[in-house]
Amino acid sequence: MPASAPPLRPEIQFASLEQQGETAQLGMWAFLVNETLFFGALIFTYYIYRLSYPHEFAAAAKDAVLWCGSVNLVILLTSSLTMVLAINAGAQDQRQAMIGWLIATAALGGVFLLIKGYEYYLDFQDKVVPVVNFAAKPGEGSAGQLFWVFYWVATGLHAIHLTVGIGLVLYMLLRRIRHGEITPAYYAPLEVVGIYWSFVDAVWLFLYPCIYLVGRS
Amino acid sequence: MSVTTVERGPAAEPAAAASEPSYLTGENTVASWLLTRDHKRIALLFFASITFFFFIGGFAATLMRLNLATPEGLLQPAVYNRMFTMHGIIMVWFFLIPSIPTTFGNFFVPLMIGARDLAFPRVNLASWYVFNLSGLVVLFALVMGGADAGWTFYTPLSTSYANGYVFAAALAVFINGFSSIMTSLNFIVTIHRLRAPGMTWMRLPLFIWGIYAVSGVMLTATPVLAMDTFLLAVERFLGVGLFDPNHGGDPLLWQHMFWFYSHPAVYIMILPAMGVASEIIPCYARRPIFGYSGMTMALMAIAILSFFVWAHHMFVAGISIYSGVAFSLMTFFVAVPSAIKVFNWTVSLHKGSIIFDAPMLYALSFVLLFTLGGVTGLMLATLGIDVDVHGTYFVVAHFHYVMVGATVSAFFGALHYWWPKMTGRLYPEIWARFAAILTFVGFNLTFFPQFILGYLGMPRRSYTYSPEWQSWNLLSSAGASILAIAYILPLLYLGWSLLRGRKASANPWRATGLEWATRSPPPAHNFERTPVVALEPYCYDPERDTYVTQEGVPHAG
Amino acid sequence: MYHWIPFWPDTAAVNAIVVNNLYIAELGVSGLIMVTVVAMMLTFCIRYRKGSAASRADRVQKTWHFEIGWTIATLGAFLVLFVWGAAIYIWLYQAPRGDEEVYVVAKRWMWKIEHPGGQSEIDALHVPVNKTIRVVMASEDVIHSFFVPAFRIKRDVVPGTLETIWFKADKIGVFKLECAQFCGLQHATMQGEVDVLSGPDYARWLTEQGVHESLAEQGEAVFRAHGCSGCHGNNSTVHAPPLAGLYGTYVHMQDGSVRLADEAYIRDCILNPRSFTVAGYPPLMPDFAGQLGEDDLLKLVAYIKSLGKQESAQ
Ligand code: HEA
Ligand code: HEA
Ligand code: HEC
Ligand code: CUA
Ligand SMILES: [Cu+2]
Repeated sequence: MPASAPPLRPEIQFASLEQQGETAQLGMWAFLVNETLFFGALIFTYYIYRLSYPHEFAAAAKDAVLWCGSVNLVILLTSSLTMVLAINAGAQDQRQAMIGWLIATAALGGVFLLIKGYEYYLDFQDKVVPVVNFAAKPGEGSAGQLFWVFYWVATGLHAIHLTVGIGLVLYMLLRRIRHGEITPAYYAPLEVVGIYWSFVDAVWLFLYPCIYLVGRS
Repeated sequence: MSVTTVERGPAAEPAAAASEPSYLTGENTVASWLLTRDHKRIALLFFASITFFFFIGGFAATLMRLNLATPEGLLQPAVYNRMFTMHGIIMVWFFLIPSIPTTFGNFFVPLMIGARDLAFPRVNLASWYVFNLSGLVVLFALVMGGADAGWTFYTPLSTSYANGYVFAAALAVFINGFSSIMTSLNFIVTIHRLRAPGMTWMRLPLFIWGIYAVSGVMLTATPVLAMDTFLLAVERFLGVGLFDPNHGGDPLLWQHMFWFYSHPAVYIMILPAMGVASEIIPCYARRPIFGYSGMTMALMAIAILSFFVWAHHMFVAGISIYSGVAFSLMTFFVAVPSAIKVFNWTVSLHKGSIIFDAPMLYALSFVLLFTLGGVTGLMLATLGIDVDVHGTYFVVAHFHYVMVGATVSAFFGALHYWWPKMTGRLYPEIWARFAAILTFVGFNLTFFPQFILGYLGMPRRSYTYSPEWQSWNLLSSAGASILAIAYILPLLYLGWSLLRGRKASANPWRATGLEWATRSPPPAHNFERTPVVALEPYCYDPERDTYVTQEGVPHAG
Repeated sequence: MYHWIPFWPDTAAVNAIVVNNLYIAELGVSGLIMVTVVAMMLTFCIRYRKGSAASRADRVQKTWHFEIGWTIATLGAFLVLFVWGAAIYIWLYQAPRGDEEVYVVAKRWMWKIEHPGGQSEIDALHVPVNKTIRVVMASEDVIHSFFVPAFRIKRDVVPGTLETIWFKADKIGVFKLECAQFCGLQHATMQGEVDVLSGPDYARWLTEQGVHESLAEQGEAVFRAHGCSGCHGNNSTVHAPPLAGLYGTYVHMQDGSVRLADEAYIRDCILNPRSFTVAGYPPLMPDFAGQLGEDDLLKLVAYIKSLGKQESAQ
């Protein structure tokens, strides 16, 4: 830890750092309740339409790029693991390991986005971008487009969340850790970022079957 | 969650704190207000914003009532349609939903639980900025000519047919949601983690319980609306047909998702008001509230059940008969806890020593008008009757009774009750009582005739109507002008009291809550020493005219 | 019957009488509640105003008796009202076959009415008194709502499907027909009238319209023009289900579900044949979405329904 680090004091409304940390965590959990309903509403919409148009959705989903989604699933799951390892290292005062695992986490997130970008490129080629570049495939009817609207909205929102996550990890690396503010005594900010990261990961776990596994059983 | 309270150390430097200036008189530059992290200043910022929007919404209502005074009307149909749409949107999202939580909630949650601030002061300030951003967007929509799809944005009218600035209006509602979410998240965490020593759950004032319940509802309902308006905006902007039957979409899906939010939202509007009434009534009846634990349970029951009744807005919309029946039953269930509350408030007057000051007059009108609004709500919940009166002025009258009659009355009650604490000045009592009575009279004159109009068959959202209904409409318009005066009056005399009003003591109403244990107006960090709570709230004794504060300090009359 | 009540709307159908009774009962309950609450409040406020001599000793102590008491009381009252209201709802919203049928197309901002005999009218609906009328409704654009206050009936007309409602007028006269769902600029003027005529007057009115082709006959023309007869006709080689006698039966689907062949089902078959397939037939039926207006669809429906009648008549 850099010697110049000032001793960390709780904010005015808290009695102790411990209380501040607990409060931050509770805040993140409450936020995730909210996020769950946000994505939940989207997935609900999706299921309603999938129930009305099972064949069309199956036909449309065949054009989703399975390998991109699957590889990305593995990447995100791995990144959650590295995130946990980073927190663990932080808790045990292993500064180098913590930094290493965090860099790995952010990098995995970046790879996810790259693959997603490539998948979007393939989607453009495949003319499955409603409004912009869309040609219904046989068997899709007009409902196939509903599937693709869902696809773009869901993956787009997920990518935004992941980008925010990467930003948070970088913020941890470049500010909080550099200034020595993450210590075994107070690593709550890192934990909070970790909770968020796992949530973004979990969202993909739900989106994945909706997008890539329809009609492939 | 744990029931134990978090231990807190003694305040930093007691000696320095004693001479701390009040939150109003501290640093007073523009920047010190716009960048403040003090929940009390943020509360006042919110107060300014929502008052502004209340008058914009009221201005639209004034135009509407003017138009409806004659069957032919004054306004162009397009203008009238835009007026009621903007009236609904602004009143609901820019005034009533934020009203009590963001002003009195912000100001008094930390004070009443004995904390120095909310858990996340920066989030709190951000919430105000986001709110104003959404306000700018809605004003943009208004200035450009307004949206014309009704506040309910029913598809496919809103997506494919309406010509107004529906996209901007939906966007404004979307952004507004984030402000709600930030505020409610802050309250939940604060109430869980920052209570003063001794402030157990069952010692929380009922206002805190109301805010807690409403925050839970906001946190879980608002994201659904956010997603819903997001999809609406996508559809409107790109024309992809998510809710349009011509593209395979389902128009009823929009309604389901909209009401999944908006029904809980009507309880978002009433729960804080119930909290306010539960503060005022014991204080002015000088006796403990009747059935404190029943009241807390009723609040939570309403909050939870409110999520299972949304389709009662869709009884005639083509949902299956079975879901109609199921949702009707659930709607009756949600009314039961409301009934408990009404009876408990009433019985709280029994053997009190009642003082009829303005806050109490507002609180009593709240109870009466809520009951009348509530029983007409039950008529709407009765399937056979809803088939007849859905989409008529009966519904308009019902929701104005609960939203305006009940919640706005509670809002004004809270404003008067806490005015001395917030500003350090007393308001002129005679004027305030006059305004309270005028509100009650004007309100009933405005909206009671609408029940009759509704049952006679006058459809809502109509710029014109058949001549035989004119006398009722005229009565309603006349009432609205009285109501307008009654709402403008407080603006005048409260403004006067800011400059000339008598200075208020720390506890002018001889109330028991922690917020009265500190100076009026409070110092920047609320308390000169951390309060320690010893008692449940509302320890008033009408027999000896004494009371004991929550810190356990007894006071003679 | 209800004339002695001030401000009471016209009551001109059997539906309305039933709703009236419930409404009066509910007004009674609500009135009782209001009176109770107001009376309690006033009494307490006067008796226990500050400075009054009334004793404040022995206040009711914390007990659950009161809360449980009024919870049960309100719950009981609620259940009665709920059951009563639900029974009426089920009765109102399950349209019987009816003595007469009319078809309604709602569009911004008018009601177009088609009688089975081929007579059509706009913003007016002529019906015979004391007959059960079944109304089949379609919307060309947005959601409208068919509302006749004097009959106490209302139902939204949602685009993309057919809705039905029924009434039985018991009073001769002219009554308001309104749109009760906001549908844009002229929603307020999307109004018409229902003319309830005596049986003979109604018969005279029908013949005066000078129509030669019934709705089903017009539907048959559409049926041929769009090539439906090519597959569903008697001497077609395509393996398509016969449509005679279809209406009102239960149809088995490929996926094992069973659906009632009502108007909405027939409409769905034509516009959205891919979302379900009749058991035992190949999924050959083309998709007619976008090719037929609501008018033509209703005519087709009327035609297919008339096939059922001929069948059973034989
Ligand atoms: C603050 C807002 C608020 C509140 C609290 C309520 C409370 C209730 N509302 Fe209301 N409602 C709205 C705001 C609100 N509503 C709005 C905005 C709309 C219309 C939206 C639109 O279409 O634009 C609406 C519409 C609406 C409808 C749909 C009407 C339609 O469009 O066809 C229904 C139907 O069930 C309904 C029912 C109820 C019920 C049962 C309650 C209950 O919670 C009331 C419970 C309270 C009581 C019942 C009173 C106290 C009880 C007693 C004293 C006990 C004894 C009583 C008896 C035995 C009868 N409301
Ligand atoms: C949530 C809160 C809320 C509040 C507080 C109000 C307040 C009022 N409302 Fe509103 N109303 C709604 C929510 C609310 N309303 C909603 C959701 C709808 C449905 C919209 C829809 O159908 O889409 C509706 C619809 C609605 C209608 C039905 C329109 C229609 O269907 O055609 C009417 C008609 O009378 C009406 C009237 C009023 C009146 C007279 C007031 C009064 O209480 C207002 C009193 C306030 C004032 C009068 C302000 C006083 C100030 C001034 C007048 C200053 C003027 C300023 C200057 C020029 C300096 N409202
Ligand atoms: C190419 C042949 C073809 C044409 C043209 C065609 N249909 Fe069909 N129709 C079928 C087949 C095959 C089925 C059964 C399989 C299915 O349900 O998709 C069917 C099913 C139906 C059904 C459901 C019957 C049942 O037993 O439930 C209806 C109703 C119907 N068609 C009406 C029409 C109408 C009206 C038209 C003209 C606008 C039409 N069809 C044109 C082939 C055709
Ligand atoms: Cu059609 Cu309103
Ligand atoms: Cu509701």
